[in-house]
Amino acid sequence: MITKRIIPCLDVDDGRVKKGVNFVNLTDVGDPTAIAAAYEQQGADELVLLDITATVNHRHAMVSTIESVASQVFMPLTVGGGIHTVADMQELLKAGADKVSLNSAAVRQPELITAGAEKFGRQCMVVAIDVRMNPATQRPEVVIDGGRTAVGLDAVEWAQQAVALGAGELLVTSMDKDGTKSGFDLALYQELTAAVNVPIIASGGAGSIEDFTTLFTQTTVDAGLAASVFHFGELTIPEVKAQLKESGVLVR
Amino acid sequence: MLAIIDYDTGNVRNVQKALNYLDIENCLTADPAVIARADGLILPGVGAFTKAMQALAERNLVQVLQKQAQIGQPMLGICLGMQLLFDRSQEFGDSKGLGLLPGAVVAIPAKPGLKVPHMGWDQNCGRPSNRFGRVFDGEATYFVHSYYVQTAAKNIVATCDYGVSIPSIVQQSNVVGMQFHPEKSGAVGLAGLTAFKEMVNDVAFSRN
Repeated sequence: MITKRIIPCLDVDDGRVKKGVNFVNLTDVGDPTAIAAAYEQQGADELVLLDITATVNHRHAMVSTIESVASQVFMPLTVGGGIHTVADMQELLKAGADKVSLNSAAVRQPELITAGAEKFGRQCMVVAIDVRMNPATQRPEVVIDGGRTAVGLDAVEWAQQAVALGAGELLVTSMDKDGTKSGFDLALYQELTAAVNVPIIASGGAGSIEDFTTLFTQTTVDAGLAASVFHFGELTIPEVKAQLKESGVLVR
Repeated sequence: MLAIIDYDTGNVRNVQKALNYLDIENCLTADPAVIARADGLILPGVGAFTKAMQALAERNLVQVLQKQAQIGQPMLGICLGMQLLFDRSQEFGDSKGLGLLPGAVVAIPAKPGLKVPHMGWDQNCGRPSNRFGRVFDGEATYFVHSYYVQTAAKNIVATCDYGVSIPSIVQQSNVVGMQFHPEKSGAVGLAGLTAFKEMVNDVAFSRN
């Protein structure tokens, strides 16, 4: 049976990992390849690399970053940020990415999901969805542009639409939970996993080992993603996996 | 020298990156002369069966690969590249494969709770008498596929359980297939590529 995945996320700005990373035994804490290799050593199942200030210049930096990471690190790499065309996808896949992730661009040009799926296969196409609860409607809503623009789309309906258009996987971040370290948004993932039949990566809210255990025992999501708790060594992947194993969750 | 068959399928470069990392001499080629001179071949593959067979045919590689397999050149098919080694596939109707291994490629049956594609790290159960079976027994590797092969038990070196028993490694003499991506399966995946290189060294394939 497929194991549940633990995925660290690296925010990359002009070829350097930002948001601060504070690994023990790493001399260059901003180098994506060194950080990726350290995570591979720890037993990460996959890496997400997000180009956080994706301009044309940054894209070239991102392509060489992916080239470098993929030549030293041998696990699946998902790359997102600043992808607007099939050519952008091709460039990143050629550099060594295994999947590309579309967020705002998928909402603005849904046909991009289909075009990518037709050319590279659904398994290559991740649609990232940032979600915020609308207090008026009490429904999870899609927010784009890095949390700046609410587009009046119901998150579950958009998830279903994205899958129908060709998304092979969804990376869903709860903005209400992100940065709070208060646990994943279980209700959101319960609703999403019932609504779509593609793998779902849960993101936002990881603060403790128990948060991962709860995520995988109370929802059927396929993967849990986190950034700062791993970057600062508050949690290590081996200890998260050991606890998951003890709770009967299948991990690598 | 290992030749990685270059026929415009995705991710061939990731196989090359893994070989480079292991210091295994390799080249990316579609040239029959280079292929014939190589000590061993790797047939990667991502995408759809019919299109991949067409791409091989357009490069006049179908007969080249058939001949090389027949004269004993070690050959490793990865993911779709493994599926292409078989007689035929049901993907998009019925398509003919390279016919180097007996069997057919069929869809993974949809079952409640089991998503298709079979995607992620899954555990292998390997036959310890086989060099690849030994490397991968009890180890999880990275899979991404919607179809799987059905072949005689004697050709199956390792399996993983996904509602059906999926052959994850197959071998018949000099022809080997891995359904997972060794180049994306961390240390154990690299050990599998090293095992293929060792097989290439052991076979001492005579090229005339």
